[in-house]
Amino acid sequence: MSTAAGEGRTNYLNAASSVKSWLLTVDHKRIAILYLVSITFFFLLGSIFAGMVRVNLLSPYGDLLQAATYNKMFTMHGITMIFFFLIPSIPAVLGNFLVPIMIGARDLAFPRINLLSWYIYVVGGLFTLTAGVLGGVDTGWTFYTPYSSTYSNTNVMLTAVGVFITGFSSILTGLNFIVTIHKMRAPGMTWSRLPLFIWAQYATSLIMVLGTPVLAITVALVALERGLHIGIFDPALGGDPILFQHLFWFYSHPAVYIMILPSMGVISELIACFSRKRIFGYGFVASSSLAIAVLGFLVWGHHMFVSGQSVYAGLIFSLLSFLVAIPSAIKVFNWTATMYKGSISFEAPMLYAFGFIGLFTIGGLTGLFLANLGTDVHLHDTYFVVAHFHYIMVGGAIMGFLGGLHFWWPKMTGRMYPATLARAAALILFVGFNLTFFPQFILGFLGMPRRYHVYPPEFQVLNVLSTAGASILGLGYFLAFIYLLWSLKYGAVAEANPWGAVGLEWEIPSPPPTDNFDKTPVVTHEAYAYDEVQPHAAPEVSRV
Amino acid sequence: MWTGVRFLPERASTMAGQVDALLLFLVVVCVFFAGLIFVLVTIFAIKYRRRSADEKPRPIHGSLGLELIWTIIPLALAMVMFGWGAWVYISLSTPPADAMEIFVVGKQWMWKLQHPDGHREINELHVPVGRTVKLTMTSEDVIHSFFVPAFRIKKDVVPGRYTTAWFQATKAGEYRLFCAQYCGTSHADMVGRIVVMEPSAYEAWLRGGGMIESPAEAGARLFQQFGCIGCHLPDGKGRAPSLVGLFGKKVTLTTKQTVIADEAYIHESIVDPQAKVVAGYAPIMPTFKGLINEDGLAQIIAYIKSLGTDQKAKAE
Amino acid sequence: MSEPHASVAHQFDDAEQQYQASHLGMWTFLITEIMFFGGLLTLFAVYVSAYAEAFAEGSKHLDLVLGTTNTAVLLGSSFTMAMAVRSAQTGRRNGQLLFLSLTLLLGLAFLGIKAVEYTHKFEQHLVPGPNFSFPSPVARNVQLFFSFYFAMTGMHALHMVVGVVLLTILIVQAWRGRYTADYFTPVEVSGLYWHFVDIVWIFLFPLLYLVARHA
Repeated sequence: MSTAAGEGRTNYLNAASSVKSWLLTVDHKRIAILYLVSITFFFLLGSIFAGMVRVNLLSPYGDLLQAATYNKMFTMHGITMIFFFLIPSIPAVLGNFLVPIMIGARDLAFPRINLLSWYIYVVGGLFTLTAGVLGGVDTGWTFYTPYSSTYSNTNVMLTAVGVFITGFSSILTGLNFIVTIHKMRAPGMTWSRLPLFIWAQYATSLIMVLGTPVLAITVALVALERGLHIGIFDPALGGDPILFQHLFWFYSHPAVYIMILPSMGVISELIACFSRKRIFGYGFVASSSLAIAVLGFLVWGHHMFVSGQSVYAGLIFSLLSFLVAIPSAIKVFNWTATMYKGSISFEAPMLYAFGFIGLFTIGGLTGLFLANLGTDVHLHDTYFVVAHFHYIMVGGAIMGFLGGLHFWWPKMTGRMYPATLARAAALILFVGFNLTFFPQFILGFLGMPRRYHVYPPEFQVLNVLSTAGASILGLGYFLAFIYLLWSLKYGAVAEANPWGAVGLEWEIPSPPPTDNFDKTPVVTHEAYAYDEVQPHAAPEVSRV
Repeated sequence: MWTGVRFLPERASTMAGQVDALLLFLVVVCVFFAGLIFVLVTIFAIKYRRRSADEKPRPIHGSLGLELIWTIIPLALAMVMFGWGAWVYISLSTPPADAMEIFVVGKQWMWKLQHPDGHREINELHVPVGRTVKLTMTSEDVIHSFFVPAFRIKKDVVPGRYTTAWFQATKAGEYRLFCAQYCGTSHADMVGRIVVMEPSAYEAWLRGGGMIESPAEAGARLFQQFGCIGCHLPDGKGRAPSLVGLFGKKVTLTTKQTVIADEAYIHESIVDPQAKVVAGYAPIMPTFKGLINEDGLAQIIAYIKSLGTDQKAKAE
Repeated sequence: MSEPHASVAHQFDDAEQQYQASHLGMWTFLITEIMFFGGLLTLFAVYVSAYAEAFAEGSKHLDLVLGTTNTAVLLGSSFTMAMAVRSAQTGRRNGQLLFLSLTLLLGLAFLGIKAVEYTHKFEQHLVPGPNFSFPSPVARNVQLFFSFYFAMTGMHALHMVVGVVLLTILIVQAWRGRYTADYFTPVEVSGLYWHFVDIVWIFLFPLLYLVARHA
């Protein structure tokens, strides 16, 4: 258990430096870095599309972009961000890096399948990029038929194939995590001693493994219909467009839990560390992750309350949607209670955790408006929905991802980033985010529909505020990107446990050696046992 | 500047107030809980901030009592929200009887609306105050959605089936109509207005239209033009069933199933006649798919309705 | 439980952990396959009830003899696969080679018969797309039936091809004497995969070939 800094010592980063050693690696930590680079690329791309959308919306007359181009921008923003950034983000980067270490293993159960999952992701991404280069796609990320199967004259097939392929990356990651967590825990690491990050990854993996195959078959059939003009979803050929919606949302609703559950796992880790306390109600928080995974499969019809599905279906889906909100609420209460009589410090990761709690709470509560049948009729397909899901996806999932990245950055890279800049970026992101998306709740109430490239002039003020916020948001991301990159070369060298945290990952050097542990650890205490274990570290990190 | 600030569109329908009351309730609940969390987190962050480097807080594992409280109370509130919302939704989904029927056809990228007396409108709908209006809608191409924020109504308009929505306007004025389901390039241009008029002004508007053919009259014309009369003899002795008194009647098919002869059944019988064949008749009717558009189909349906409805079957 | 022949990958603590992980991995993978085929079958079920007559009509044009033969072939191959697994568990190289080869042959026979069926369909203009023609007012829905036929059996055939590749690898490894009483996991998990592909066919066959027979 060395606390010496990793520099000069052999670790997973410097063990071999050829391109081949990276591209053919089976080390879960290197694969995590490969994913980090790729998802950052897609995040940048998705942000550019978002920027185009927001700048176009400065004017009610849509002066910047033509309608057809605008429609491609929001479509590709959604596809890129959801399939190529959010869904892989925490599982494929932080999960890949940390799951083996947190449970005391040398690697995941199937390291070569792990590498394969990255290559599949890259191939899927290339297909979708090609679709973009060849003119893009304009169906919305939701691909509703018969527009996508028959009427759109953009690159639907290529995009559908890209999404189909990438889905297998998700499935393989989930499969790997499930087997690893079941079978490769170190001696003494019982289920009830697992860090909540692991519980979250496990629940997420269940969804990935059960839900993604249905998306695969759905996009495959859309591609088939488009190619052969058979009538699976096109009513003009005998098909049923509502059936498409059922199949699509059967995956895509659980998909949103794939995007948020890992983030919740990160938040548990951050709050425990920076309150120096066990998570209040550990069992309830762990069970709530599983409850969300199960219930999440039963609520898809709440995307279809005005689609023409029966009133009875609406009633059932609404009831279940209210039920699925409860476990998330339980988590928020438990995180808050964890802070009670804790010892709270305000490093950058904790600021992200605070941001998450605030923004996820708002996002989750606004979901109730949409689960509610009476109000959803008015709010469906308006900017209210856009605001709701961005509060969860950006305010929740991305805050969690960035918080986790900042928390484990010293472990992954052996370097510290400038603390003050990091705090500043977190605050800038929080302010920018709220300015971007809160006005959109009001726009939704007022009735501004989504996916509109022009709009009635009375909505302009709110749109301008939103775009202003987006530029601040962009600034925050840019700042974080710059100083994180900077830290790789010039950041202070990090020690094994800069935060004074409790967890197996903090007992090995920063960066870790390729095999993680000199010898397999034996676990004797619960997660977050801050009262029992004296972490070896200074509680504050050096400031820059 | 702030006097004109709106957070909701004006209320112009009988249901708008109910929807708004529900919205307000949800806003209050959300503000309460968000506020609670914000306040608690802020207090804890300040009160329990780390004061010395070697602080070691007492571990608190949890409290079953608290878990139960903050599970049961939100659950109860959620059930109230669900119940209230369901009740409003059922009202929104159930058109009152004797509504004025308007046929709506959505197509890329315009709205076509047809009044019972034959008036046709594009992207506009004139209605009188205080009259219940039922919209029966379909699409000619992709999925659209009929959205009038001031009435708090929205319903997808789907090709291959009819969907319905209803409203009763409560004050005169012009209200925005949006297409709310992305439908292609000019989705954002597929907007219009609902013009609500005082009853007398509405009557005047109707009269001003000149010689207009009612949908039933237009349907009768199509019925002749496409030769339906050749097989569908009124006395039932032709090669096809009589359509007199058909609408609303229970029909027995060759598969022994029974169906009600409603709009959807008649629509399907014209475009996909082999799907449901009436018992005792041969499946020889040709399809008119592509030969008659949605407007025409609506008119033929109106004509068949005018041949008499089976009130008894409807009442069952 | 580590033996010189039992190679334990570096991430595993011992052969037992590797064995358990491999099995759980294959079962988890098969569950994803259930969701995949399940989605397709659900869709099929919806349309069978919506277009019962047309689907029955289409089903009548499937070759029941070839379909039944294929079912027997696959069931037989599951038996030979089980025998191969048994031979692996008991370390009998000859048994492994015999039964793995038989399974491979039967698998190839299945694919061959499928190819014959597909060729017939092509000649009869029953392949969905521009060449499709069916003299009936419900031709459109019959085309839908055949779309499902090709999608479902095609997806299944793809899985069979993967199975054939797996078997080939297993035969090569068995020839080299890799599978002993201490290490037979690849044969077992491949067996699981093969049995699963067989079970999918057991669902596909009645749904596609037998739908109309009792009408």
